[in-house]
This record gives sequence, structure tokens and C-alpha cells, in this order.
Amino acid sequence: MRIPCPHCGERGNEEFLYRGAACLPRPSAEAPDAQWHDYVYLRDNPAGSHRELWQHVHGCRRWLVLTRDTRTHAIAAAVDVAAAAP
Amino acid sequence: MTYSLWRVAREALRGNTGWEPAWRDPAPKPRYDVIVVGGGGHGLATAHYLAKLHGITNVAVLEKSWIGSGNAGRNTTIIRSNYLLPGNEVFYEHSMKLWEGLEQDLNFNTMVSQRGVLNLFHSDGERDAAARRGNSMRLHGADGELLDAAQVRAMVPLLDFDNARFPITGGLLQRRGGTARHDAVVWGYARAADRRGVDIIQNCEVTGIRVEGGRVRGVETTRGYIAAGKVGLACAGNTSRVAAMAGLRLPIESHVLQAFVSEAIKPLVHTVMTFGAGHFYISQSDKGSLVFGGDIDGYNSYAQRGSLPIVEHVAEACVALLPCTGRLRMLRSWGGVMDMSMDGSPIIDRTPVDGLYLNAGWCYGGFKATPASGWCFAHTIAHDQAHALNAAMRLDRFATGALIDENGAGAQPNLH
Ligand SMILES: Cc1cc2nc3c(=O)[nH]c(=O)nc-3n(C[C@H](O)[C@H](O)[C@H](O)COP(=O)(O)OP(=O)(O)OC[C@H]3O[C@@H](n4cnc5c(N)ncnc54)[C@H](O)[C@@H]3O)c2cc1C
Ligand SMILES: [Zn+2]
Repeated sequence: MRIPCPHCGERGNEEFLYRGAACLPRPSAEAPDAQWHDYVYLRDNPAGSHRELWQHVHGCRRWLVLTRDTRTHAIAAAVDVAAAAP
Repeated sequence: MTYSLWRVAREALRGNTGWEPAWRDPAPKPRYDVIVVGGGGHGLATAHYLAKLHGITNVAVLEKSWIGSGNAGRNTTIIRSNYLLPGNEVFYEHSMKLWEGLEQDLNFNTMVSQRGVLNLFHSDGERDAAARRGNSMRLHGADGELLDAAQVRAMVPLLDFDNARFPITGGLLQRRGGTARHDAVVWGYARAADRRGVDIIQNCEVTGIRVEGGRVRGVETTRGYIAAGKVGLACAGNTSRVAAMAGLRLPIESHVLQAFVSEAIKPLVHTVMTFGAGHFYISQSDKGSLVFGGDIDGYNSYAQRGSLPIVEHVAEACVALLPCTGRLRMLRSWGGVMDMSMDGSPIIDRTPVDGLYLNAGWCYGGFKATPASGWCFAHTIAHDQAHALNAAMRLDRFATGALIDENGAGAQPNLH
């Protein structure tokens, strides 16, 4: 799998660190335990399009939001977190 | 037909014309008492124990492809009960005991080979951790021995003992661990369940789960609607997708794990060895191929194939541990999609939907669990209540905080 970093260009995925699903709604500090449980532990885990966080640790070190198909690894979009829609 | 030496001899003399199919190929009935979704090792074992131990024989196992086409037929066949935590170790030791009697129970040669599982270590800290784990195993009634470097050298002489980075200072050995033939486990459980009346229905994908008034009523399939008193999910890597049909969102991510075999060579590794520091493990098949693997690829995947960086890493680790394999050719590699849970341990439990049961979260270690998983899942389905052996493997442990986190890695499935 090759990841098109918006800053460095296309690089092998071994240069990146994977962090999991992107943009899970983070509860407020006062939110009930049930909401925190859902945030920390539950995942949609789709077979298909998945928005996910990767860090280019061996490159620009920026965090990216990838939109990737989990069945084919085709990457539809790779944007810097600062530019990503919430 | 019961298999025996006498039967083999008789068929040899009659040109092997008397063998019958090992299980029937029935059309689905309109209704079953229990439907098990997923014809991997766990689903088939569940059906066997439901019929054998709980007298529930109006059972169907629905498999979207052929039985054993998932991880049951893709794993590296290691069996062991060398876990640290109480919620896990009692369960895996029960599984080991079932392996030890499995061939007699199933009347099938599952090729259980107790060739030992050896976890290598390289530092004082690692040895202390291995000793602690070994003590935990022994306190739970399993076997475990701490070996020093000389004892490891006597067992497996060709390792790179004086490796500059990871010198081998000893190992934790479980002699009762080893391997079993994965396909034979699938076929053995299928045949045994079929003989007790269970319908094994292949090419039958579950596409929906009908829930009315909070209770499961049946499943939609590619071969029509089938009503059920109870439904058990044993879908491994596809668990999240199938559970979503009943409105459940689970603490699971699907990840791919690869495995590799080399060309066949003379006996070199007669035990199962793990080289944790190199993220590598290896054994040798009866045909002579080295069978080995490493870490999961590390990102969500439903593709039953992996990426090249892991292939390279695993090959490097192999040569680091066994320099004599440097000229050996890799024959094949493949991948399987695994249900990685948020604490690295499995779930065998009821669900918030009445009559719907969950068997999932096996990560990269569910083959060894196959007998106990089926045994406990059958109990849980039959009695609508967990057995003491799977009492800790609850779905709500992520909410209550009673996690079973062997590695202490937290809710990060690609680190388990
Ligand atoms: C490369 C690799 C190496 C491994 N090595 C080891 C090892 O050495 N030791 C060990 O203990 N474990 C190992 N494992 C893990 C082990 O293989 C799995 O944890 C275990 O096989 C999972 O249980 P199962 O056999 O029931 O799964 P599977 O065989 O995957 O069974 C699930 C079945 O459900 C079916 N299914 C899915 N969705 C549907 C649907 N909608 N309708 C109908 N059917 C459906 C699938 O087709 C599949 O056949 C390894 C895994 C891999 C991938
Ligand atoms: Zn970059």
C-alpha cells in the first residue's frame, strides 16, 4: 500500500503509524461513562470506505486523515488533519 | 461410518470404493432450534457440543462459503495454554485438555502433535516476565518449564544464540503445546456434528437478522429466510458486519494477519518457537515446510491478503533467528481477516438481543481455543448463561472495566 502524503508525495505505508478510526466524536469531560465507553471501545469497523488517522512518522510527522477502502486499500483521499472536515 | 485401521485396510483391498461423504449436504429447513452463523472451527465445534453435551440436535451451521474457508483454514495451527491472566488461562487449559482427547471424541485424525511451544527470551527482564507467566500457568494446572540457554541449545542447536542485539538467554517451554492439523479440525467437528443430526449448510450467507420485540426470530440468507429459536454468531473477522444486522456495534476491529511457508527441508525445528523480540514465530510441518509468521499488518482490513513490508520484516526476523535459512525459498504467503478485540481477549456471551449470542474477538489466537470456544459457547447458548470457564469473557467488560488485557496495551487493537 502506498499513501499519498499531501506534503511529501506518495510513500510506502511502512513510513506511517496507524491510529484507527478518525473523527470519533469525543465526549466532554463531564459526559456519562456510557458515552466514554462508546468513544473508547466501540467501532463501526466497516468493510468499505473508512476514515482513519495516520501519522507520517518517518516523513513530515503530520497527522493525516485517509479515506481508504478496507477491502481493496484504494485511497480516495489523504488530507492533513488541519484541513480535514470534522 | 466409523473410521478405524480395519476400515482403512478394508478399503485398501477394495480400491477405496466404499468411502462415503463425511457429512451430508442438506437443504435448509424452515426452522431450527439453534442456528450457528459461521462454519469455521468455532461454529462447527459449537454445533458438535450442542448436540453431544446438551441434546440440542435441531441445529444448523450456516456458512457463506465452504467450511474452513476463513481463518480456520488459514492459521499456523499452534495450540498452547500459556496465558498469564486468570480469566484466560483456565479457559485455554480446558481447551488443551479437550485437544488431548479430541481424536477419540471425534473419531477423526486431527493430527494433534504435542511437540512443545518454546517462547525465547533475551534479557533478565524478559526472563522474569516468563517466570511469572510460567508460575501462573502452573497455578492454573497447566505445565511450564523455564529453560536456560544451554537447555534451549540442546533442543534447537541452530539458533543464533550470540546475536549481538538479542542474545538468547533461555526460554519458557510448554511441552504439552504444539500443533494440530487445521483442516482436519474443521472436517472432524463437521462430521461429528453431522452424525448427531446437525445440518451443515454451505454457500449460505446470512444477510439479515430478524429481531422482533427485542428477541431474535431468525435469519435472512441467500437461500431464503430461516426461523430460529436462538442464533449464535461465530463469524470471526466478519463479526462486526453480521452483528450490525442486529443493530449491535462492537468493541472489535478487523485486521489482516499473514502466514508463510518455505520449501520443504529435512527436520530443523521440531518444536514451535516464538521470537517475541523479533515479532516472529516458527514451526515445521510434517511435510517439511517451515511455517512462520509475525505481526498483523496493523490497519483495518477486510482483504484476505497482506502488504509487503510485513513479508520483508518476517523474512528478516527468520534469518536473524535462524541464519541457516538465508538461502531458503519462501513458497507461499496468505492472509486472514481477524476479529481484533479492544483488550486482545475474546468474547463468549449473550447480547442485548434475547436469543442472540456472540462468539468473537479471537484476534490471532483463536485456533487453539476452538474446542473450548465451542464447548463454552454451546453451554452459554443451551443454558442462556455463561459457564464458569467463560465467565470473564463478557461483552460488557469494556463498560465495567473488568478487561482481560494480557499485554496491557489498552484499547489499540493493532498493538495486541
Ligand atoms: C495467518 C493466521 C495465522 C493464525 N495462527 C494461529 C495459530 O497459530 N494459533 C491460533 O490459536 N490461532 C491462530 N490464528 C487465529 C485463528 O485462525 C482464528 O482466531 C480462528 O480460526 C477464528 O475462529 P473460526 O475458526 O471460527 O474462524 P473462521 O474460520 O474465520 O470462521 C468464520 C466463518 O464465518 C463465515 N461467515 C462470515 N460472515 C458470514 C455470513 N454473513 N454468513 C455466513 N457465514 C459467514 C466465514 O466465511 C468463515 O468461514 C491465525 C489466524 C491467521 C489469519
Ligand atoms: Zn508527509
